[in-house]
Amino acid sequence: MTPDLSVSIGPISLGRPAMLASGILGISMEVFNRIYRNGAGAVVSKSLSKEPWEGYANPTIVGIKGGYLNAVGLSNPGAPYFAEMIKPNKDVPIIVSLVGSIEDEFEFMVKQFENCNVTAYELNLSCPHVEKVGLEVGDDPKLVTKIVSRVKSVAKAPVIGKVGLGTTNYLDTVKAAIDGGADAITAINTIRAMGIDVETQRPILSHKIGGLSGPAIKPVAVRCVYEIASKYDIPVIGCGGISSWEDALEFIFAGASAVQVGSAVGDRWIDVFSEINDGIANYMKKKGYSKMSEMVGLAKRF
Amino acid sequence: MQSVSKTPSIRIIEKVIDETPTVRTFVISDANLADVLPGQFAMVWIPGVNELPMSVMVIPEKGKAAFTVRKRGVSSTALYDLKAGDQIGVRGPYGNAFDIKDGKIALVGGGTGLVPLLRLAKFAKPTNDVTILMGSKSKDEVFFEDAANQILQNNKHQVIACTEDGSYGEKGFVTDVLAKLAQTTKFDAIYTCGPEIMMHKVVQLANSKGIFVQASLERMMKCGIGICGSCCMDEVMVCHDGTVFDGEFLANSKEFGHTHRAKSGILENY
Ligand SMILES: Cc1cc2nc3c(=O)[nH]c(=O)nc-3n(C[C@H](O)[C@H](O)[C@H](O)COP(=O)(O)OP(=O)(O)OC[C@H]3O[C@@H](n4cnc5c(N)ncnc54)[C@H](O)[C@@H]3O)c2cc1C
Ligand SMILES: Cc1cc2nc3c(=O)[nH]c(=O)nc-3n(C[C@H](O)[C@H](O)[C@H](O)COP(=O)(O)O)c2cc1C
Ligand code: FES
Repeated sequence: MTPDLSVSIGPISLGRPAMLASGILGISMEVFNRIYRNGAGAVVSKSLSKEPWEGYANPTIVGIKGGYLNAVGLSNPGAPYFAEMIKPNKDVPIIVSLVGSIEDEFEFMVKQFENCNVTAYELNLSCPHVEKVGLEVGDDPKLVTKIVSRVKSVAKAPVIGKVGLGTTNYLDTVKAAIDGGADAITAINTIRAMGIDVETQRPILSHKIGGLSGPAIKPVAVRCVYEIASKYDIPVIGCGGISSWEDALEFIFAGASAVQVGSAVGDRWIDVFSEINDGIANYMKKKGYSKMSEMVGLAKRF
Repeated sequence: MQSVSKTPSIRIIEKVIDETPTVRTFVISDANLADVLPGQFAMVWIPGVNELPMSVMVIPEKGKAAFTVRKRGVSSTALYDLKAGDQIGVRGPYGNAFDIKDGKIALVGGGTGLVPLLRLAKFAKPTNDVTILMGSKSKDEVFFEDAANQILQNNKHQVIACTEDGSYGEKGFVTDVLAKLAQTTKFDAIYTCGPEIMMHKVVQLANSKGIFVQASLERMMKCGIGICGSCCMDEVMVCHDGTVFDGEFLANSKEFGHTHRAKSGILENY
């Protein structure tokens, strides 16, 4: 019997376990179609803001030992433009990632998608805080709860909170999102990081500080998923450094119901999705599992 | 195997060559970039300013590479203004390469679009009969004529400069000169790089005559390595799936010749 690769993340059902992570290749419907055809369970859009953002000057993304540093500055075409673009979509499960600093912005954005086929909203809680300089939205649990509950009150699709390792304990951010009514949590976003060119003594990214992604953050991300899944009763989507089926399973065993793949696209190209699907299917056959859900959180029994 | 770097490495500009009043070539030592395939590019970091995609220019000396830059906006002007001894960062090479067919081939370019075409000329087979058509507005914008003749010295070849005002070489748009030439000469393949409207016409012409054609495209690039999606066109990432595409693919493209994406990702008309 061929193992069933479909997954349920609370109210969200997907045919396959690995999604395209936010900010990766995510700006056109044709590209989404291609990635879905190549084996992704869903595609998460680039984080969209109320207005279009140009982002920072290059260098915005560079490779380093163990992964990538990026500070693109959340460049995106804006929620209204994006909503218009995905209106004709029927087939591809699209998770719309939204970024903003107050709940009104989120409400405005969700309303743009009223006539679109949206599988879920993922709220990127790593946006800079407007009042508290140097902090992120996710560092302010009260604000997180306000934003999530506002989105829940206007959105017809499920709502996912995406957390990163900010300056407050990320578990408090998770709790705040749960209090606001989040249906699931994605963990983790990139980790604040920096690289300096030795020859010129300059920070490499134009924004100086950016986010670290790729294999270097995987063990940290696995730990976070394990902690969230152990502490709270909420479905988790694992993300951070996944580039093979073994990596994906590590997250599943830590307690993730599904995973997202970002940087690995830069190393393995979009073939990475079918490689993960095939690898997991083989593993399930070998070990005698028939459903993904049988494997979720298995590492917690030790 | 080619080694591909994703982190910028600092290189010293060793020599600056004035090509025209608005175009300069900057020579560096870089064994890796010296041998890139025709069509491939590097990301060039102008510290403190920006990082731009640039095709890699052919330099006769071993181990040397160069960038030929036209000054346009703030960032390319900052690069253009650099002097010998200044530092730039390079990473790459990225992208695919032209597929060089046998027989009679035409290379049709304008401006700095000639850079990948001259590398193609360098990789041409000894049996290739090569025609290079280089377009520009007027005489003082013509460059690379000598470089082209030099690179092709062992091939049967001709270099045709075309100026829109007729102040040098053939008068008219390079596409019109190509169309006239193609009435009498049977080309086995046509390769083009330059302004998109020009490439679009070249591809249409070749497709209508059933001639194999490839174009090397430009789109907004940030990562250069297939992560950010800023360079997408239809369903392809120009940095990773390209920059070289076949006429057959381009004929079906909704965006080629019509639209490109701005920094935010919004589609804009050419
Ligand atoms: C694969 C590739 C190879 C290239 N090779 C050369 C070359 O050999 N010589 C040369 O002079 N130029 C080359 N370019 C163009 C170059 O990268 C810049 O676009 C150009 O120099 C203008 O830059 P600017 O910032 O000064 O212009 P701006 O005034 O800031 O912008 C003008 C236009 O340039 C384009 N542009 C700006 N930034 C980028 C970017 N990061 N990526 C792509 N396009 C951008 C946009 O269309 C923009 O509208 C190449 C581009 C690509 C994609
Ligand atoms: C270039 C780039 C852009 C990103 N943009 C976003 C974004 O817009 N919104 C978001 O929530 N996460 C963004 N991320 C974070 C990824 O979605 C992901 O959480 C992170 O990269 C870790 O996964 P990975 O190691 O598989 O890349 C971005 C990451 C990269 C590398
Ligand atoms: S420039 Fe980032 S995907 Fe092409």
